[in-house]
Amino acid sequence: MFTIQKYVRAQSLEEAYELNQGKNNRIVAGMLWLRLGKGRVNTAIDLTDLGLNTIEEDDEKFSIGAMVSLRSLEQHESLNSYTNNAVCNAVKDIVGVQFRNLATIGGSIWGRFGFSDVLTVFLAMDSYVELYKGGIIPLSEFATMKKDKDIIVRIIVKKIPLKIAYRAMRAQRTDFPVLACATSIVDGKARAVVGARPARAKLIMDDKDILTSGISEESKNTFVEYVANNIPTSSNLRGSAEYRTHLLKVLTSRNLTELEEIK
Amino acid sequence: MIDITITLNGKKISDSIEPDSILLDFLRDHKCYSVKRGCETTNCGLCTVLMDGTPILSCSMLTARADGHTIQTLEGLQEEASSFVGFIADQGADQCGFCNPGFVMNTIALLKENPDPTDDEIRAFLSGNLCRCSGYEGQLRGIRNYLNSRVKE
Repeated sequence: MFTIQKYVRAQSLEEAYELNQGKNNRIVAGMLWLRLGKGRVNTAIDLTDLGLNTIEEDDEKFSIGAMVSLRSLEQHESLNSYTNNAVCNAVKDIVGVQFRNLATIGGSIWGRFGFSDVLTVFLAMDSYVELYKGGIIPLSEFATMKKDKDIIVRIIVKKIPLKIAYRAMRAQRTDFPVLACATSIVDGKARAVVGARPARAKLIMDDKDILTSGISEESKNTFVEYVANNIPTSSNLRGSAEYRTHLLKVLTSRNLTELEEIK
Repeated sequence: MIDITITLNGKKISDSIEPDSILLDFLRDHKCYSVKRGCETTNCGLCTVLMDGTPILSCSMLTARADGHTIQTLEGLQEEASSFVGFIADQGADQCGFCNPGFVMNTIALLKENPDPTDDEIRAFLSGNLCRCSGYEGQLRGIRNYLNSRVKE
């Protein structure tokens, strides 16, 4: 059973931050995961009055407020044009429209959930997290940090040349993914991200320059093996480690085929 | 206790609530019995309501968060629903009927956003509404027949 003693709509990030330092005080994002938990929240801190529910865009970047819903990400034309629809593909099967209208990017990224499609797709881009106290740090760094009492203000995606493809395997639509794969070429450098391993999404860069001179059948197969050898999977009720590693190879290979076709 | 004011089905309602009051419970306390308690794990869509015109899960919304907003339940959308629920009933799509209000609410939201959806768009939009009696094809046929009837008009 989940209880809340006090509810506050913060009027500034400083107020939200100060409140968040208190014991058992929690930031409320979409409240979908928090709601399923147990325990007593002393103060629920709501960020809805802080104007963090918009996606701003300029020539250099997208600045996505922490309270932007997954549905807004799914429907944002410019973001999906830049990502070859990968962001839409990553979120469109997360439960249902009603759920995605509530779930926020801030909550999804902050949670660093093992099953996260959102973390997986954003790790495959040149993404950053803007923290209220911690400043702007690469998402890849944030993904490995322990949870603390800071607040995500925005997710920033830099607009550098990008080709990206996203695929996930689900036992059925709207279920958690058995495995999630994002593959990209960011400013000429390939990277692969594998989520729902079932652990937290892991990023690997093409440090051996396997795809630097282009995607061919041979380089594709070599890269897929490189990713499989460097990103561990494990077993749970949804699938065995062996099955996940097999999926990893298939999905990454299909992503690379898709990248070949992007002009 | 927190004092809130919500516009519920066109009427302003002021009340005092506990900080952890959930919108689903608040709505049922205000006699909106179409809002059903289903899975309470955000999966089934039975508790779907419109908040400022957008479909959400009332089982996962703090009532305090709805303060100052407009909430619509099936009780307040009878006219919109009446245009197509007969088509769903004609297909025998609902057996026990428990999921029906959630389906209808989300269909209203779909048709507001996309008045002429394809079958795949209908399936995608309604994928967060579970029915344990039927195979969803009846609901799809009902909505399709409604859309086709509109074209004939």
